[in-house]
Amino acid sequence: MTATMQPKSEAAEAPRRGRRTPGADQKARPRGRGLEFGHWWWALPGIALVIAIHYVATGIGGFFAFTNWTGIGSFKMVGWQNFEAIFKDPTKLGALSNTLFLAFGSVLLGNIAGLIIALGLNRVLKTRYILRTLFFMPVVLSPLATAYVWKYIFDFDGPVNVFLASIGAGDLAKPWLADPQWAIWTVLIVLVWSSTGFAMVIFMAGLAGVPVEVEEAAAIDGANLWQRFRNVTLPAIRPAIAIATTLGIVQGLRVFDPIMALTSGGPAGATETLATQVYKQAFALGNFGGGAALALVLAVIILFFAVIQQRLTRSNPED
Amino acid sequence: MFRYTKLTLLREVGLWALALIFLAPFYFLVTTALKPDSELYTTSPLAPPASPDFSNFVAVLTARGNSNVVLGLVNSIIITAGSIVGLIALGAVTGYVISRSTRRWSKGAYYLFLIAIILPGQLGAVPLYMGARSLGLTGSAWGLIILYTGMLLPLSIFLYSNFFRGLGTDYEEAATIDGASRSQIFSKVVLPMMAPATGTVTIFAGLIVWNDFFTSLIFLGGSANQTLPVAMYYYIGSLVSKWNSIFAIVIVSMIPMLALFLFAQKRFIQGFAGGLKG
Repeated sequence: MTATMQPKSEAAEAPRRGRRTPGADQKARPRGRGLEFGHWWWALPGIALVIAIHYVATGIGGFFAFTNWTGIGSFKMVGWQNFEAIFKDPTKLGALSNTLFLAFGSVLLGNIAGLIIALGLNRVLKTRYILRTLFFMPVVLSPLATAYVWKYIFDFDGPVNVFLASIGAGDLAKPWLADPQWAIWTVLIVLVWSSTGFAMVIFMAGLAGVPVEVEEAAAIDGANLWQRFRNVTLPAIRPAIAIATTLGIVQGLRVFDPIMALTSGGPAGATETLATQVYKQAFALGNFGGGAALALVLAVIILFFAVIQQRLTRSNPED
Repeated sequence: MFRYTKLTLLREVGLWALALIFLAPFYFLVTTALKPDSELYTTSPLAPPASPDFSNFVAVLTARGNSNVVLGLVNSIIITAGSIVGLIALGAVTGYVISRSTRRWSKGAYYLFLIAIILPGQLGAVPLYMGARSLGLTGSAWGLIILYTGMLLPLSIFLYSNFFRGLGTDYEEAATIDGASRSQIFSKVVLPMMAPATGTVTIFAGLIVWNDFFTSLIFLGGSANQTLPVAMYYYIGSLVSKWNSIFAIVIVSMIPMLALFLFAQKRFIQGFAGGLKG
């Protein structure tokens, strides 16, 4: 019994976050003199900085999406022309589908892998703390460093091909990142590798909140492993799933650094994403209007999925 | 119930096997970086170095010009530390005020920050660059500290206000009764209590700023003040498949973060798990 109590004290509890019901006791508190805690103007510097750096800059960027500005000199309003150009350009449409593929692929695989590892590590294992540290290590690496390591691993003379040759599968060897068909799958593997530890940690936090007693009761009632997972664990970790997938999708849709270092979008645009296209259009090709239009499309897609995600996983209590 | 059985042992062994496969990239990273040039092309990539040496690291650490790694390291430390200070100072105060106030504007301000978290940076990048250049903020550590503080402030405020929402107001009320002023309450009562939130903000923001490549590439591009990722990018750009040198610089760039992580891994992992629960 002592062993079963342990997980409760683990990771998850993290910073003290009480289970107060906010509405109830806040109303009861006397607020007659207005704000008792701090002065409202303390928030001004923060608000001003965020408005300037996020909203004004984004707003100006959004405005330029409707111009033919090159980044210097004068410009003309061109209406929806930049957007029409995007939907006629196969490279950009390809970048759009690559972005969606990579975002959803890495979220799906990274979360499944993270959940399986978290379930495996959840309790009883003697070395779970060390294992948790090991699985989390890739998260700490910079995307750039990660990309260079994997570039070597998938190099034509690299470990993957050498390994394939050594087990007699030498004819499967190929320049993975330079092969238009395989490059995107290779990139996907790298993204999954670097996001699995992150998902694992969120799921471990969620699992630590599942009362052992309920699981035990289910086990005594004869529920098998799958039934316990399906009916006890899964509903309880719903918030963890919501957070892990929302963040994963928002991150995945913006993916930039690893692609620049792995393939620069190649071969022949096979791994181009919206973020790399935005960078190339706006900063390398001097087509700022076009780049801004693309960034606006990216922003709308990100907002769209973030909202859908919240709706699906949040306001849908235990059913 | 849920005792250590044979099946548990099997699970433990299985997870260790998985972990070793998962961490294979680190093996290649270290073994290759220790291989001298003479071994790089002649030995199998799977084999450990026959005569490991540190010449690659020496070459990396003595490189000058655009790929001055040591200068990049120093710049990255300054910029990361400065941004963290800015994020804690502004984030704590702002998060505190907007989460404690029940007025309507504070709710609006909270959503202002929440939405800013998901706005994609690329759309604002060029206007920001133009603005920063006209204010003389490009190419300097100061400019980047201000930029990063602004860019990550929504995240910092989000973490702080979630923290304050879960924290009762009893201590502050007691201090009010004792006659403390609002700023005294903040500095003497609230500030010490929020250490866990500050830890989480430090970890998150520190990791993002330290590893960021895109922003520093744009805002420091062409100047002598590079951050580590940019110096790394230029250095590697000048090498062709010299994987031993490439990995030496990759290791140099990741040692500070990895060391910090291994030293404070419990805190790190808790910060990630707890900071995101809200």
